[in-house]
Amino acid sequence: MKTPLAIFLLATSLAVRASVDDSLKALVTVGREGQGNEAASIAWKELVKSGPPALPALLGAAGKGSPVADNWLRLAGDTIVANALVARQPLPIAEVEAFLKETTHLSAGRQLAFDLLQQADRTRADAIEPSLIRDPVQELRRGAVQRLINSVKTEDAAASKATYLEALDAVRDEDQTKFLADTLRKIGVPVDLPRHFGFLTKWNVLGPFDNTDRKGFDTVFPPEKEIRLDAAYEGKGKTVKWQPFESTDEYGKLDFNKPLGMAKEVTAYAVTTFESPTEREAELRLGGKNAWKVWLNGEFLFGRDEYHRGQQMDQYKLKCKLRKGTNTVLVKCCQNEQKEDWTVEWEFQLRVCDPAGTAILATANSPK
Amino acid sequence: MIRLLSTFVVLALSFPAFAGDWPQFRGPNSGGVAADATIPAKLKIEWSAPLPGRGLSSPIIVGEKVFLTCSSGPRQERLHLICFNAADGAKLWDRQLQATGRTMSHPKTAVAACTPCSDGEHVFALWSSNDLAAFDLEGNLLWVRGLTADYPNASNSLGMASSPIVVGQTVVAMIENDSESYSLGVDANTGRNLWKLDRPKAANWTSPVSWRAGASSTPVVVLQSSKGLLGVDASTGSQLWDYTEGASTMSSSVVADGVIYAPSNGITAISPQSNNAPPVQLWRSKQINPATISPIVLGGRLLSINGAGVIATADIKTGDNQWKLRLAGPFSGSPVGAGSRMIAVNEKGLVQVVDLAGAEGTVAGQFQLPLNGESKELVLCTPALNGHHVFVRADSALWCLGEE
Repeated sequence: MKTPLAIFLLATSLAVRASVDDSLKALVTVGREGQGNEAASIAWKELVKSGPPALPALLGAAGKGSPVADNWLRLAGDTIVANALVARQPLPIAEVEAFLKETTHLSAGRQLAFDLLQQADRTRADAIEPSLIRDPVQELRRGAVQRLINSVKTEDAAASKATYLEALDAVRDEDQTKFLADTLRKIGVPVDLPRHFGFLTKWNVLGPFDNTDRKGFDTVFPPEKEIRLDAAYEGKGKTVKWQPFESTDEYGKLDFNKPLGMAKEVTAYAVTTFESPTEREAELRLGGKNAWKVWLNGEFLFGRDEYHRGQQMDQYKLKCKLRKGTNTVLVKCCQNEQKEDWTVEWEFQLRVCDPAGTAILATANSPK
Repeated sequence: MIRLLSTFVVLALSFPAFAGDWPQFRGPNSGGVAADATIPAKLKIEWSAPLPGRGLSSPIIVGEKVFLTCSSGPRQERLHLICFNAADGAKLWDRQLQATGRTMSHPKTAVAACTPCSDGEHVFALWSSNDLAAFDLEGNLLWVRGLTADYPNASNSLGMASSPIVVGQTVVAMIENDSESYSLGVDANTGRNLWKLDRPKAANWTSPVSWRAGASSTPVVVLQSSKGLLGVDASTGSQLWDYTEGASTMSSSVVADGVIYAPSNGITAISPQSNNAPPVQLWRSKQINPATISPIVLGGRLLSINGAGVIATADIKTGDNQWKLRLAGPFSGSPVGAGSRMIAVNEKGLVQVVDLAGAEGTVAGQFQLPLNGESKELVLCTPALNGHHVFVRADSALWCLGEE
């Protein structure tokens, strides 16, 4: 009798696993504009019905589709844990924790693992969080850094200095970095923020070109066809030439008003080179409140025609691949016709980093 | 018989939410008025529920449940749709997703800026990051979209705030901004696009409303922008009529008895035609400036609050100006009304009940919400009404107010 029962249980387990796999496949493959939603909607219910045993496989699927697919998975995990807590069902805490600790897993899955752990067992999550201070996922580092900052209980500068320096070495978020830089400077410790973040500060700039009626955004001016630093071009009302310009701003802002003069309805370019010792995946992170376009090694990455709605660091994250050796970064930045005080800015900031926000420092960053 | 049946089907599809529900931004038909609610003059807190994140979206009420969105995390990247028991404020569930679009906004606003909507069976929630998700009333996901993932330049660095509506089987979302600007009709059952309209490239925080020629007519979606108002077939996206004299990009229109009262050159009363001919202008009052606040129609008059906190009123038939009353401002949320009372909550959390029964409006009661002084939170939402209760939120809490 035992053998048929074992076979039945194994068959049932395999069938459940196959059902979970089918459901996960339907969720991971949802496409643009809701393609696959009908199947995903059915699969989501099946997955949730599978309950806590589905969680490890669910975590493994996260990051394999689009960010929208990850939300289908996240909401399934969220619901499974919530239902299990209400029903007092056991949850695979150890497996979720093990998944989180394995840094070779995809970041979306690991981030979800930590969130589900927080939801299911806050004490376990609190115990693990300090160990995430060097984590390759930027979002997972934050809590650990904050715990380190909060651990400083003394006014003694010398005693707190080591802790703050340790936190600065790990920190990637702007607000926490600013706090640490301000605190350390007060006790006489210099902090090189452009280097910490990886801002590109040495550029050649060219302009102004015309942007009347905001048409300059789509107009292809010469730098979009060739980069010749010794060339002269017909700009807006005058001949324009490339000129070197170095930003001294702590957050790498390149203010075109300084080299080119304050002007309206104009377009300008900035170009720089970035020496990378290896070919690698990277992110160009840009902040700016003017319309802009970015090219890396002649390849258009992204552009946005919005003016004066706000600026913040890492406002836009552009995934890219750095080539080994010299990389050329070209930025187009447009100023519009608005005359209000808050529309004076004609600037951008750009840094090179990995997905965790860790600066990728060039072996050389020079205008040319 | 067939005609009667089709009339019933149209009505059922258009208003499937229960009577007494407050199913979307500004309640039934986006009018800001609850026909079967009452507003007590003297208020007290019946219950309060702590919130996990920021928001200025309004609560909606479906049956015995209150639904509210929040956004938490250092970049407000965690998006919540939370369901509360309307009777006691107990949290029934909290579903969380991750923003797939940009979460940057002006510090005063938040990613949870758009009020969800419901067809009585599902809740459709939209956030400033352009993530749009549909759940049943028990918190089970029906579908989820990332509209910035689909259309990468659709965002506003100040923050988006337009609230979706559901008309028949179509969820209508206005994703209008300076760059990739569009409005979308989404199949309520599948989340797939039914239609997508390119829209003026300009920031727009107004919300769509629905209008119908008569009780048995197919509802028309009205999309407002700086250009004016566009009437659109809800199920196909066909453009039916166009009013081109400009309109606000912040204050939304209100529809009452087949007339659209639009924040256009002050307030303009517009009557669309059943044959889709250009709408007829009934009256225009440039003396009424709704600024960022959406007007309501109650008791035969239009009521609008301007940037100085002054209520201006006009006869809805003629546009003739009536009384004015200064309230304590400033306001970000719009007023709502029921019976012969209107309620407005200013940014400092002062709830003001205005009696409209007399020849001129009077303040009948005030109640101060216990805001979190440490965080300097503000009340930016439009309240919701249900029965004898008023629901209002800030960042820290959702309050249910009842009669003292």
